[in-house]
Amino acid sequence: MNFRNLISFIFLLLILGLVQILFLKNLALFGIAFCFLYLVGILSLPFQIREIPLLLISFGVGLTIDVFYDTLGLHASAATLLAFLRPLWLKIIRPNGGYDDSTQPTLQEMGLGWFISYSLPLTFAFCLLFFTADQWGSGAFLGILNKSLFSSIFTVLLAIIVQLLFFKRRRGI
Amino acid sequence: MLRILQFLYSLRSFLLFILLEIIAIWLLVANNSPQGAAFFNSSNALVGSILETQSNVSDFFSLAEANEALVVENSRLMEKLSSLKLEPDSVSISLDSALSSQFEFMGARVISNSLRYTQNHMTLNKGRKQGVKPGMGIFNESGVVGRVKSVSDNYAVGISLLNNDLLISSIIKSTGDFGSINWNGKDSKKAKMLYVPRHVQAQVGDTVVTSGYSAVFPRNLKIGVISNVIQSSDPNYLDIEVTLTADFSKISYVYLVENTQIDELDSLYQQSELTNEF
Repeated sequence: MNFRNLISFIFLLLILGLVQILFLKNLALFGIAFCFLYLVGILSLPFQIREIPLLLISFGVGLTIDVFYDTLGLHASAATLLAFLRPLWLKIIRPNGGYDDSTQPTLQEMGLGWFISYSLPLTFAFCLLFFTADQWGSGAFLGILNKSLFSSIFTVLLAIIVQLLFFKRRRGI
Repeated sequence: MLRILQFLYSLRSFLLFILLEIIAIWLLVANNSPQGAAFFNSSNALVGSILETQSNVSDFFSLAEANEALVVENSRLMEKLSSLKLEPDSVSISLDSALSSQFEFMGARVISNSLRYTQNHMTLNKGRKQGVKPGMGIFNESGVVGRVKSVSDNYAVGISLLNNDLLISSIIKSTGDFGSINWNGKDSKKAKMLYVPRHVQAQVGDTVVTSGYSAVFPRNLKIGVISNVIQSSDPNYLDIEVTLTADFSKISYVYLVENTQIDELDSLYQQSELTNEF
């Protein structure tokens, strides 16, 4: 990641974080579909990023969001899980030729089908841990599954829309 | 030895993952205790100011409703005031502390509020400098809203009534039987009333108010209306569902209440070796 990409990435995270805190914090479609748009920031980090910085970045981002949500540790733990699973999942869904070093895992560069198969399971894992930790002890497993499924679908849908509207074609953002 | 180190090095990302998860879970658990760390939450100055700016904008759209509620509240207070201003028809003598005011009130604005989690919190725009203390009760003109959990210089974080950690001592107004109000964890309009014995004749439509036993809220503050009474499988207690009168999705202005005699009460409880369960 060169300097220019670093700046644009920090800018992206800042914007996504603000949108998450100011607009999406109290949004829940039908009371079950939440949106965690800031995950786009973690998902669109370049392919060749090392695992350690990825984990640390995700933990930091999650913790920052937590402070605004008053749910200290909730987003952080779920985002860390997502960061841990990301390289493993990327390895599993690797296309035949492998990944091009200069590309990024975004909708524009990799196509719609690949992006959905990349982001949906990861956000689902995120939501699963998030809602399990949130409702710990209340034992409503079906409710957790329900919320996780619809939240991950909603998040991916919004992520696709945001990328179509705001991401430039050939460069990160 | 070298092999062990090499092995650990090859697992470094997994170990870091475990470490970060442990930190996160520790934060989650430590922060959910009522005395949670006050720094890492929305009463922090920077976070508070961002949330306040946001609510400045969004509150603009609910000004009309807030005004209306205030007018209603004002008229009710004026009515009370006029009844207190009656001409004295007897000599007044000074009495002891039993009649001096035990509760002090102040107003605050809610700058952040959540209702979709199992443990919801709200942030208020008043803090230590304005006299807010942990443990104060929060209510608005339509009912009880929560309790203050922690304060910073200019902001305070409250546990919402929509939090399964918060129990509020309450009584059924018509029968006088007491119990505890606890959120049911699902619907932001419904709560449960716990520990009401089976012999109580609770009716749908009865009002539930604060009991005044807990020394957090004064007596007779509205909490909700009973919407369902079930003779459940529990041999001792009724299953009572209460519809909350406060609309948590629209809260913008609230009142804070402080019991000025709580220290005296606490030391009394300590002397007699009781725990005052709020």
